[in-house]
Amino acid sequence: MIEARGLTKVYGMPRDGAVSALRGAGERRRNAVREAGGFLAVDDVGFSVSAGEIFVIMGLSGSGKSTVLRMLNRLVEPTMGSLLVDGADLAALPQDELRQLRNRKINMVFQHFALLPHRRVRENAAYGLKVRQAPAKQRMERADWALRRVGLEQWADSYPHELSGGMKQRVGLARALATDAEILLMDEPFSALDPLIRRDMQELLLQLQSEDRRTIVFVTHDLNEAMRIGERIMVMRDGRVAQCATANEIISAPADDYVTEFVADVDRSRVLTAGNVLRPPLVTARCGESPVEVLKRLENVEMNGIFVLDETGRVVGVATDKALAGALRDGGTTVESCLGGDYHAVPADAPIVEFCDLAGRHTVPIAVVDADRRLLGVAPRAAILAALAVPKKVRHA
Amino acid sequence: MPELPIGDAVEKFTQFLQDHLGEAFDVFANVLMQLVDVVYTVLVAPHPLLLIAVLAVLAWLAGRRVTLVVFTVLAFLLVASMQLWVQTMQTLAVVLVAAVIAVAVGVPLGVWAARSSRVSMVIRPVLDFMQTLPVFVYLIPAVFLFGIGVVPGVVATTAFAVPPAVRLTQLGIRQVDAEVVEAAVAFGSRPWQVLREVQLPLALPSIMAGINQVIMMALSMVVIAGMVGAQGLGSVVVQSVTQLDIGKGFEGGLAVVILAIYLDRLTSAAGSRDLTRRRARRRAAEPDAPAQRDRMHEEVTVPLA
Repeated sequence: MIEARGLTKVYGMPRDGAVSALRGAGERRRNAVREAGGFLAVDDVGFSVSAGEIFVIMGLSGSGKSTVLRMLNRLVEPTMGSLLVDGADLAALPQDELRQLRNRKINMVFQHFALLPHRRVRENAAYGLKVRQAPAKQRMERADWALRRVGLEQWADSYPHELSGGMKQRVGLARALATDAEILLMDEPFSALDPLIRRDMQELLLQLQSEDRRTIVFVTHDLNEAMRIGERIMVMRDGRVAQCATANEIISAPADDYVTEFVADVDRSRVLTAGNVLRPPLVTARCGESPVEVLKRLENVEMNGIFVLDETGRVVGVATDKALAGALRDGGTTVESCLGGDYHAVPADAPIVEFCDLAGRHTVPIAVVDADRRLLGVAPRAAILAALAVPKKVRHA
Repeated sequence: MPELPIGDAVEKFTQFLQDHLGEAFDVFANVLMQLVDVVYTVLVAPHPLLLIAVLAVLAWLAGRRVTLVVFTVLAFLLVASMQLWVQTMQTLAVVLVAAVIAVAVGVPLGVWAARSSRVSMVIRPVLDFMQTLPVFVYLIPAVFLFGIGVVPGVVATTAFAVPPAVRLTQLGIRQVDAEVVEAAVAFGSRPWQVLREVQLPLALPSIMAGINQVIMMALSMVVIAGMVGAQGLGSVVVQSVTQLDIGKGFEGGLAVVILAIYLDRLTSAAGSRDLTRRRARRRAAEPDAPAQRDRMHEEVTVPLA
């Protein structure tokens, strides 16, 4: 959907000068531009966003994230680099077609809502349609539809200053929904809201996104927000891409010290999943094995319980050493006679927060299973704790 | 120090204008004269009491304030009873024509200057020059080019009144929230759409303040214009100065003050009217708006959370 290659933006000097300063400067690009009197805001940024994805650009202020976002609809003209939207070269578009594209295909939601204060909520929501000179009736119907989707239909006749911040941003969202654009650019849309409202708005966005999948590029400086809504996250620093990966990959394998530090105060238990702490089980037992063999295997690893699997690898239960010893005494011949249900199984994509309190409760570690309850591995308590602890140094995965 | 003949140059330039564009200036002077005449005729056509009623209605429409209406009626009755009605209307006609021209020139210039910093850079010293040049200095070339009478008065008044229109329009447009303008562009607006639907409406309070200033400037200039033969309160004042007639001078001055207060209150009330009226209407429509908002908020958020 969106293909960006080598996007570069230099502020404060004419484009030709910037290009010649950049050319051949190699790693010294930043200094070369500064010596020429400019400022390198975005430096060789490339990424691609596929249709229906929520792509998050994250970074502190001054990292160039908003500039990157504004290059996607040419509110900021790139100094260098190429940008394809649906295969069409954005840089080559004449002004007229660019306006068409902004009106019909790429819409934007702003940090401070950017509503027209002298227009009613309904007229604000219909703004994009007004620009394309749609008939008034159609405009209003479409605006009402969009306001309904964000839960503001009763406020259509109010003015923006009567609304709370969260409601204003709902109008901002409705304005973008009304145009039916496939791509939504969101520039820190929830940063100006207080935390509870912010969470509501994130939920609303995810809910809208599940109803009709748009391609969303979302800029934020809030890592928890990025982790919550982003499928993939691009972390930026000083105008460059520090890492571009899924939330999980960024936390479990940060690319450098900067990213490590950045993710330090993220709630890791919500991002990391059972899959991240998966270990192969030390020992397992098969249906049909005798208690003696199984007990011996348990003794070798000094454990108190063992997962018993059927021939396809499905978990049928847990045999504890006590039960095995009892079966031995009573003359049981297979482990089936001493199966118990004293264990907890989770899918590989379950966030750690959902099961970490259960770790250590049972004689066996938490089982990680697939959809057919086949054992993929176990999540030992030590592995969970290690994953949740903030790493001091880079861990190379 | 070498002597720079700037004065000579200006004189020669004015002479040049008269020699080569004299006819054009004559045509212009005629048009302007007609314009002032038309406005004046309209103003003195009805009986003074009728016009006072009209002015009072205008005052009511602009501000919806009884005090302004009462002031208007009493003040203009005073003017009429001082036997200065005709002169006041002559002055009002000149002020109106000059103000309309100044706004028609100044507002577009202000828009242009707001959109281009280069234009702004060029215009700024010119405005400074226009505003600080002693007002009498305007009159000399104006008389030279347009002769004695009301026309040089209008021209000088207009030239003097243009700067605030330009400045406040420019300021108003530059003060419009950049993000709102960006949003308009991001939704595919053309530059003129941004101007018409976002920048001008949002700059309106500032532009109205500019128009108010224009009128005030015009009024302060119009007395001076009396010196070059423009009929009206200016000539009343000038005459009483030459005749050392204290009483007549005071009456003329008082009429100017009344006109000034009326025009100032009228335009400043019109500038802030939009917002207040909108708020009042809304308050009447939904008296419990804040409570409703809280309820609304719960309705929206609970099912999502």
